[in-house]
Amino acid sequence: MTDLWAGLAQAFWLVVTLDPDLMEITLRSLRVTLTALVIASAIAFPLAALLAVKRFRARRFTIAVLNALMGLPPVVVGLIVYILLSRSGPFGVFGLLFTPSAMIIAQVIILVPLIASVAHQSLRDLWSEYHDLLISMNVTRWQKMQTLLWDARRALLTAALAGFGRGIGEVGAIMIVGGNIDHATRVLTTAIALETGRGDFALALGLGFVLIALALAVNLGTHWLGRTEREGRW
Amino acid sequence: MSDLFPLCARGAETRRRGRVLVGPVDLTLEAGGVTVVIGPNGSGKTTLLRLLHGTARLSAGTLDWACDTEEARKHLGFVFQRPVMLRRSVVQNIAYPLRLRGVGRAKARGQAAEWAARVGLGQMLDRPATGLSGGEMQKLALARAFITAPRAVFLDEPTAALDGAATREIEALMQEAKEDGVRLILATHDMGQARRLADDVVFLHQGRVAETGPAEAFLAGPETAAAQAFLRGDIVE
Ligand SMILES: Nc1ncnc2c1ncn2[C@@H]1O[C@H](COP(=O)(O)OP(=O)(O)OP(=O)(O)O)[C@@H](O)[C@H]1O
Ligand SMILES: [Mg+2]
Repeated sequence: MTDLWAGLAQAFWLVVTLDPDLMEITLRSLRVTLTALVIASAIAFPLAALLAVKRFRARRFTIAVLNALMGLPPVVVGLIVYILLSRSGPFGVFGLLFTPSAMIIAQVIILVPLIASVAHQSLRDLWSEYHDLLISMNVTRWQKMQTLLWDARRALLTAALAGFGRGIGEVGAIMIVGGNIDHATRVLTTAIALETGRGDFALALGLGFVLIALALAVNLGTHWLGRTEREGRW
Repeated sequence: MSDLFPLCARGAETRRRGRVLVGPVDLTLEAGGVTVVIGPNGSGKTTLLRLLHGTARLSAGTLDWACDTEEARKHLGFVFQRPVMLRRSVVQNIAYPLRLRGVGRAKARGQAAEWAARVGLGQMLDRPATGLSGGEMQKLALARAFITAPRAVFLDEPTAALDGAATREIEALMQEAKEDGVRLILATHDMGQARRLADDVVFLHQGRVAETGPAEAFLAGPETAAAQAFLRGDIVE
């Protein structure tokens, strides 16, 4: 117990003094996840809008695949990306394995199905509301998608926040493809795993605090978005 | 500009899951004036309007505008029985069709504000449209349909949710549009409204056009038993 208390006190100290190691790792985590989030959103939002407005033959199949991919264990994603990026793999020539880029790629693969599924649900509901009006106005498919994406922006932000929460707390895939290399690919979650293994609870707990704070911020953001939505503010 | 009318429907039908909702319809809408579509609940007024406008797919038969259909559809407006509000402000809703046509933000807003004032929504430009009352939504829908200067507008019971004063405003608006040469196709329940606005009448009964003709003659003495009963105010199945 004393270990734990000492660890907690030390962790607190690390956070308030903005310990350089802790800051470096936190910033890398944010950089990796935010980059992955932006890329994943850029893919997932238009995809979700297209699935909402266009009735094509592979639509149901695509939705089923997205839902299935959402349940894919991150470790397996890590494994697949590892194989693809390894020296002997098809993309080995780029030398991306054990770099932040590899971690971003893995996270994009994890986040796209999640964000697309969540976004698709709101866009589909909005489309059933707007369908008659937009059809009667003769709008192009691109205009339909634009209108839906813009008017559902709050729901999309919520979807992105869910993606951020998932990405920032993810450990399995980025551990495999990033390798948890100090000053290169070490991020919050992988560092916690390592420091805990080593018995350095202070750093592990300090990193944990940061992670919890980020998760809390995401939840508060989601809550706040939901409230402004209900109040019908713009 | 080439003419849109006459619009000819020949054996036109709308089916849903094998069931015929409306049709077969043989109908010719000539240029100019107001056609009023009347009939009991469920007789197919909404469906007929959608069919003629092109929002509902044609399951059988033909529908021919005087010009190319794609071209014609650019000049049509539709006001739904249950207005659809975009999750935007009042002025943004009204400006939306202009924005789709590439009109700049400021110019579109200016025109939309003018139209909002015309339909009595001038005081609530920046309110969320989804929070309006039923009657206010209907007025918004009218402004939004007319802002692009369409050459024909389909109106599905636009005053059903409005009180007397608002109905008068909307009817004045329709009258103005008619004088500007906009072709109106109006479904209504309100026989008084039919009398005030109609040039010709289409009477629907159980999904079919039971009777059609000039308004005066029809309203003075309809030929079919169903129409006679309907005009008397009897309950018509
Ligand atoms: N999408 C649909 N699927 C199945 N049936 C439909 C659909 N839309 C309309 N109907 C049916 O078609 C018939 C005609 O409906 P429609 O809405 O055109 O009538 P209406 O004359 O506009 O009635 P009201 O005066 O109540 O507005 C009704 O029996 C209705 O139940
Ligand atoms: Mg109707």
